[in-house]
Amino acid sequence: MSKLTEIRWHGRGGQGAKTAALLLADVAFSTGMYVQGFPEYGPERMGAPITAYNRISEDKIRVHSNIYEPNYVVVVDESLLESVPVAKGLKKDGAIIINTAKTPEEIKSNYPNYDCRIYTIDAKEISESTLGKYFPNTPMLAAVVKVSKLMDENRFLEEMKHSFEHKFAAKPNVIEGNMNALIMTLRRLDDDK
Amino acid sequence: MTNKINIDETISWQQITPGGNVCASGNSEDFHTGDWRTIKPVFIADKCNQCLLCAPVCPDMAIPVKDGKRGDFIYEYCKGCGICAKVCPVKAIEMKADN
Amino acid sequence: MSIRERLSGNEAIAFAMKQINPDVVAAFPITPSTEIPQYFSQYVADGQVDTEFVPVESEHSAISACVGSQAAGARTMTATSSCGLALMHEILYIAASNRLPITIAAINRALSGPININADHSDTMGSRDSGWIQIYSENNQEAYDNFIQALKIVEHKDVQLPAMVCQDGFITSHAVENIELIEDAKVKEFVGEYNPECYLLNEKQPMSVGPYDTPSYYLEHKRQQAEGMKNAKIVALEVAKEFEKISGRKYGLFEAYKLEDAEAAIVIINSTAGTAKDAVDKMRNEGKKVGLLKIRLFRPFPAEEIAEALKHVKVLAAMDKTESFSSQGGPLGAEIKAALYHEEKSPKIVNYIYGLGGRDVKVEDISSVYEDLYEILATGVTGETYRYLSVRNQEGK
Repeated sequence: MSKLTEIRWHGRGGQGAKTAALLLADVAFSTGMYVQGFPEYGPERMGAPITAYNRISEDKIRVHSNIYEPNYVVVVDESLLESVPVAKGLKKDGAIIINTAKTPEEIKSNYPNYDCRIYTIDAKEISESTLGKYFPNTPMLAAVVKVSKLMDENRFLEEMKHSFEHKFAAKPNVIEGNMNALIMTLRRLDDDK
Repeated sequence: MTNKINIDETISWQQITPGGNVCASGNSEDFHTGDWRTIKPVFIADKCNQCLLCAPVCPDMAIPVKDGKRGDFIYEYCKGCGICAKVCPVKAIEMKADN
Repeated sequence: MSIRERLSGNEAIAFAMKQINPDVVAAFPITPSTEIPQYFSQYVADGQVDTEFVPVESEHSAISACVGSQAAGARTMTATSSCGLALMHEILYIAASNRLPITIAAINRALSGPININADHSDTMGSRDSGWIQIYSENNQEAYDNFIQALKIVEHKDVQLPAMVCQDGFITSHAVENIELIEDAKVKEFVGEYNPECYLLNEKQPMSVGPYDTPSYYLEHKRQQAEGMKNAKIVALEVAKEFEKISGRKYGLFEAYKLEDAEAAIVIINSTAGTAKDAVDKMRNEGKKVGLLKIRLFRPFPAEEIAEALKHVKVLAAMDKTESFSSQGGPLGAEIKAALYHEEKSPKIVNYIYGLGGRDVKVEDISSVYEDLYEILATGVTGETYRYLSVRNQEGK
């Protein structure tokens, strides 16, 4: 079986975790991969914990279950660390990516059971400085691409620019802010290495 | 199925029209409602003033009208409902037992 | 060249509808099928189709409007799920018996209660005897392909019956996956124009639809309707052959996966078939001869062909994503047992109820079914034939 990457997103209703999963599916699709992007549906409530999933593979994907042993977990809302077992089933050689101002070391000391690589990214700060508003999913998307090495970074930026140009055709100033959010996230995670 | 076909109780499932759809028009002529009548109207031509109130109220087509005048009943289409007799202002229609 | 895309199952259906450009779409929203009329109405608003879109006030009205417009001579379609399909129930029979080839995109969702919005097959299985052709789809690609093919099956002069093209709510309807689309022109040429022999708006040949039927004729009408359903099986295969020419994708009455030499097999419907294929491959790697049969046509039920494909199997599990409350299994189980009844050496058959109300089914769950089948093979004891998969019980097993 060829390389299959499974990603689980944890967010809160209304934060855009589902959109982020669909964006990741989109961009991976654009680079020629087979993709799945799907949320777990239930009663829709703003602020309630939600889960979304990605499968990304070089081969056709047939399985249609949720993901229980992901390679990567993305936590879009830090407060979920307390209430949801976000690292459950996470592969030991995988990684968890958390939207927080804290360092990975601080997270590790608070959650010693996270038996994998830990990455943190302050999506709030990045989003507010580049977009002037809090949209965490753009930085989180860049972070998961960076950590998972799912695709070449330049290719990723190219595809995202293309996608933003399409999506925000009427609001060109938003394109630059979003691109800056992606680039800033990629750089921050460079510095972490 | 574009032509009118005769359907009676000998027709096979292969020949009957799909869903009982009737792919023809004007076929109420073939439907004789008169066979379940118990009373019948009798036309008294002498009393009739040709006001023609009776013809349009007939639910079927038992009252023929030609050149502005009604003729005698076509009993094949008369189910004996009696509306024509009720509406006639000059009592030119009488309902009688149909033997 | 086909078009490489990524779409959810609902997007794929709405896109197929756009390519077909039907005369009328009448619909009422219900989760998880809502997106189909939602996306389609956008196409209407943008002038990308010239369909008459009829937003109605209930599903009973939606299907009634469909009956009226199809009888008028218009190619008509709609989408629904769960309680919406249940509210259509009365009119489903009208559409089928009046031989109106309407197409429904049925997005499978549990039929309450307790109230639930997730996938199982209780909605369409509840309509299985209404006279509609039922075609089931594993993923977005099959939903798209089946929807296009359905049109040619239903409108065929030997069939003239409506069809529902089914896929699992959320699991495939809301999952974005890769898909290969066919070019607009090819789809349009494939489906052609709808030219019914008789239709209400034909001023040259007036007609009446839906007259009262007395006991002297009703039986003949039903027998004739049954013939249309029988013919659908043959027509579906002809249409599949034509479809292969424009798509390169093969379709049959069902899909047999690694079934030829299988000693243990399962029969399954919709999205879980994909998950089950992964389970089959894993077990094959362990040297176990397992296979699966995925239902495509459930109505008509291709019993002879299925029996032929399964008769060599030693032990078999029919997987029902619905209850029938017969106390002996589900509707698929009943059909499979009936299909194999005439075989001299029929497999041992057990029937699982699984995945109700959207309960997730993992590769390991399906593997556990195969393990159970191997236990029957090893011991020769079938045991309880009416089973629930992965249900929590007091014994903690």
